[in-house]
Amino acid sequence: MRKELSILIIIIFGLFLGLIALDLTFGDPDNTAMDDYFIQNGQEQAATNNIVTTIVFDYRGFDTLGESTVLFTAVIGVALIYRKLVKGDADENE
Amino acid sequence: MRMSKIVRFAADVLFGAIVIFGLYVIMHGHLTPGGGFQGGAIVATGAALVIVAHSYEEVIGMIKKAVLMAQESAGLVMFAGVALIAIGLGTTFFFNFLANSGSLFGMTVPFGPNPGELNTGGVLPLMNIAVGIEVWGGLAIVILYMLSGIGKKEEA
Repeated sequence: MRKELSILIIIIFGLFLGLIALDLTFGDPDNTAMDDYFIQNGQEQAATNNIVTTIVFDYRGFDTLGESTVLFTAVIGVALIYRKLVKGDADENE
Repeated sequence: MRMSKIVRFAADVLFGAIVIFGLYVIMHGHLTPGGGFQGGAIVATGAALVIVAHSYEEVIGMIKKAVLMAQESAGLVMFAGVALIAIGLGTTFFFNFLANSGSLFGMTVPFGPNPGELNTGGVLPLMNIAVGIEVWGGLAIVILYMLSGIGKKEEA
């Protein structure tokens, strides 16, 4: 009974997502002002072929600085959790 | 807890290739798909392979955690420093002051499809390198710390 119910739920949910996916359109957005600006001026202003890198590191550089800070904070958190709590452990190198 | 000789030898052989590929992805971040984050993750994968194949005690004899932590911090400081230099030059934060300047990474790029030149991009390659250094050190030290926790639990 549970198995049939699971299969039924999977089919219904799959149909739900599939019908939504059929309606989606790709490659023709309504508002293209910003895209056109990046494509037209990115190569000249940042002197780079890779527009994605231009946006991530130049136009949206502040966002990338935040991402790097998030990674740094995550590593600090891991180091905090796994630090040695008992005194006298000899092999610690931090 | 070390793996068999075959696994250790394969990890040692693959480590160089993985690191070189990761450095390539970092260095060509402004020309090809990829960049600092992705390339740093690839290099850290190579480090993880060696760390998992060898025992924790062997690896901790070669790499110090303080070195990796300093490397991670240096990457973040270099990233913010390059952005701050632009303020020192009288422009805005994160201004691309090296682009089209003719000096380091300063070649101009023609509009439209072109083969690409490594010596372009202004500060973008520098920031890719900085982020790559940071991600490399950060992910490697996370693996080292987690492995040290597992080792302690098994001993107890």
